[in-house]
Amino acid sequence: MNAPTAGLTSAPISPALWELTLARLRLFFREPGAVFWTFGFPLLLSIALGIAFRNRPAEPAIVAVTSADLDRALRSDAQLRPRLLDEAAAKEALRTGKVDLVVLPGPPISFLFDPARPESRLARALADAALHPPGAPPTVDKPVTEPGSRYIDFLIPGLLGMQLMSAGMWGIGYVVTEMRTKKLLKRLVATPMSRAQFLWSFVVMRALFLLMELPVLLGFAWLVFSVGVAGSIALLVGISLVGALAFAGIGLLVASRAQNTQTVSGLINLVMLPMFVGSGVFFSTARFPDAVQPFLRVLPLTALNDALRAVMIDGGSLATVSGQLGLLALTAAATFFAALRVFRWR
Amino acid sequence: MSAALRCEQLVKKYGELIAVDGLDLEVRAGECFGLLGPNGAGKTTTVEILEGLNEPTAGNVEVLGMRWERDERALRQRLGVSLQETHLPDKLTVEENLRMFRSFYLRGRPLDEVLDLVGLADKRTSWTERLSGGQKQRLAVACALVSDPELLFLDEPTTGLDPQSRRQLWDVVLGFRSRGRTVLLTTHYMDEAERLCDRVAIVDKGKVIALGTPQELIASLGGQQVVEFATERPAGPDGWEEMPSVRNARRSADGIALTVEQLHVALPAILARAEPLGLTRLSTHHATLEDVFVHLTGRRLRE
Repeated sequence: MNAPTAGLTSAPISPALWELTLARLRLFFREPGAVFWTFGFPLLLSIALGIAFRNRPAEPAIVAVTSADLDRALRSDAQLRPRLLDEAAAKEALRTGKVDLVVLPGPPISFLFDPARPESRLARALADAALHPPGAPPTVDKPVTEPGSRYIDFLIPGLLGMQLMSAGMWGIGYVVTEMRTKKLLKRLVATPMSRAQFLWSFVVMRALFLLMELPVLLGFAWLVFSVGVAGSIALLVGISLVGALAFAGIGLLVASRAQNTQTVSGLINLVMLPMFVGSGVFFSTARFPDAVQPFLRVLPLTALNDALRAVMIDGGSLATVSGQLGLLALTAAATFFAALRVFRWR
Repeated sequence: MSAALRCEQLVKKYGELIAVDGLDLEVRAGECFGLLGPNGAGKTTTVEILEGLNEPTAGNVEVLGMRWERDERALRQRLGVSLQETHLPDKLTVEENLRMFRSFYLRGRPLDEVLDLVGLADKRTSWTERLSGGQKQRLAVACALVSDPELLFLDEPTTGLDPQSRRQLWDVVLGFRSRGRTVLLTTHYMDEAERLCDRVAIVDKGKVIALGTPQELIASLGGQQVVEFATERPAGPDGWEEMPSVRNARRSADGIALTVEQLHVALPAILARAEPLGLTRLSTHHATLEDVFVHLTGRRLRE
């Protein structure tokens, strides 16, 4: 036997669960696309949304006026930026959205505006106030910029939840179905491999991955947006872990019978879409009518996002999130065993 | 000799379609047994039932003296399986794939021994996707050998491979059998069956239509030589069998094929009758399992 192969014999044969998990990790890190979607995409998304919704001074309302008197009167309010135009040009500017309001001299002074545009209504209210100063005492504005109450503070836990969901669903659902399509599952069940261990290797993989995903996203949010964790880091890791397991289970269940990757992609989207929209990733679930609230509350991603926000923003304790944790743990256990039961191996 | 594998009156139906139609088989311990037949004959369905990957509609299956419904875990430890098509993970190396398969078994052969055996020792650290078709197939067989099985199933192991890769795989199979182990393989290549198999069952339409050693099956034709010829004016198959040393006559693709015992006896008479019809082509070859199949079914294996 030649020298280079000599080392192999001595290398011990590891347990199947370890080898299966190792194979999952290797296959992941050798697939640049998968690495990007898991680690890069959430960062890019948080940068984009962080920029789009960053806290900034309010833009002044742009108002078209047709007389110098009005121009002067409105200029006294810093929130208004009048532009002196003739009447036709002013109306044209309003129609094309270049100005929010047109003020025509009177008497009576008239406001032309589009009530369907919020900034148009705002401009009207500002101009009205500027032209008819009330006798009431002046108010003091307090813009909200404290960490914990900004949009980015709301967004980051939501992105983390979304990330745990999509990584679980795609990373497991798609991969498992592809293995079925390529007859690898059939080949594996022709060996004495334990089927539970095979499915379990995906769950272990997700748990290991979480320990990489979590520091990346949280570290980034802290460095770039100063988003901290108000509560216990350990609790946050615990919640993420249970959440990752729940979506690992759902991913396995979704993939348990799909015969090709098109079917499973459709199923994954079908399962994820209601949660993308209704589980408070980008905006609060409170925006939905009361009638659908009970339904939204039992969605696993709602439970995960609520628990993550409770710990990250409000410093919640284990007791505060026990309901959500229970729901997620139940989801994880139920979907894993259901998947093992109905799984199609050929 | 004891039976490594036995099945009786095996039936598999998919709705109306009958894939396996009352098939009996007995594979002896230590032999290399071939299921030879055209595509769609039911070979793969049969093998997958024997491998415990598919359930028969009816019939008995006994593998290494055990039954799938009772002894699946124990049985899987003792079998090696290579499916007709398996796409092993592309981005695992040869060694990683092999190591993963090894981890499923309680016992097995050292990995480097298996790699040497299939000639992939120098490809150990290559990703599977970088292997040629023949190397991939040898890796698939290596994954079946890594547990040092008593019984090896190979479903169409050389389909689509180049001649050199086929010969390399043949050597692997012959090496395995020479250790006293049992092989069941399916193939639609007659040369493969003749080269590798101690005994062959010819399968057609879900049934065994002939069984024996390759030599026995060829001898059943009555002659060792086949004469094929074509003529300008069509010649019918009748009357040829009365000629000296001609044992059998049938139509071939564009003419007549005769099975002949002694070429030097038969040929003058054949020529005397064929030449007036305008002989355009004549060739002879040693009878093969292909000729046996054509003789039994009137069809060619690769049709």
